[in-house]
Amino acid sequence: MEVEAAGLISNGLKLVGAGLAAIGMVGAGVGVGRIWASYIEAIGRNPASKEEIGAFIWIGFAVTEAIALFALIMAFIILAS
Amino acid sequence: MASPLKQFTIEPILDLNIGETDISFTNSSLWMVITALVLIIFVAVGTRRSSIVPGRWQSAVEYFYQVVADMVRDNVGSGGRPYFPFIFALFMFILFGNLLGLIPGSFTFTSHLAVTFAMAAFIFIGVTLIGIFTHGLKFFSLFFPHGAPIVSAPVLIPIEIISYFSRPISLSVRLFANMTVGHVLLKVIGGGVVALGSFYILPGIVPFMALVAITILEVMIAVIQAYVFAILTCVYLNDALHLH
Repeated sequence: MEVEAAGLISNGLKLVGAGLAAIGMVGAGVGVGRIWASYIEAIGRNPASKEEIGAFIWIGFAVTEAIALFALIMAFIILAS
Repeated sequence: MASPLKQFTIEPILDLNIGETDISFTNSSLWMVITALVLIIFVAVGTRRSSIVPGRWQSAVEYFYQVVADMVRDNVGSGGRPYFPFIFALFMFILFGNLLGLIPGSFTFTSHLAVTFAMAAFIFIGVTLIGIFTHGLKFFSLFFPHGAPIVSAPVLIPIEIISYFSRPISLSVRLFANMTVGHVLLKVIGGGVVALGSFYILPGIVPFMALVAITILEVMIAVIQAYVFAILTCVYLNDALHLH
């Protein structure tokens, strides 16, 4: 009886933990938005630099998105443990 | 409702065991072989009877060659020319692996941390050894602050070492997490289409449009992640060859 209750509580807490871990993706959302905000501003100031900077936004996006996915993988690990 | 994580299970096609080690030919290995064959056919047939004015197929192969050649030249410099075949093979393998995994019913071999970490670990160890062979013990000046006050060295050096060791981890987890999350998302929305659309077609159309949009996003992510893996490898190689 006690063991069942403990199992249910730990299952519930696992879900809460996974939800909390996924909150970490907020920072990455802000970061990804800033990449394109700065790209658009840079094009606004100097339209000729579009090609040169255009290659970097995808690298920046992928690296920033990776942090979001680290948080998501943590959530999945907590969920599955 | 089946779990969206069931698509990542590795199933052996041919059971092989050497003693205790399981080296079966699995669905993951099958798709690696298919990727390699598609790549070989793409490049070999494309450059057969090559002419100065290329036809369509040869243009496509030359486009990929140019992308990787520019990447290596811009990020590693002229000393990176010997490493071009490796970066080309790495980039094309991951690119075609990611893209072929988007075919319904196929298996994305890059969605397993074992595969991506094996690649990242080889790259990390290889790049470190290249750095040590090129520069000898001066390679470890990579961790020393350049132009920073010497007093801050005891704090900065451990941070630099830790961030150096985090490179293979971030490289592998980035690719693995992107592929896994993308395919889980596709399965979940696909399940939503089936659930909503099984009685009447109309309620199933909205999640279907979302599925189309997510699939387009996934194709973009597949290409971008392959590109980022290759370009970060070039950056790490540059760090090892020309210390900062």
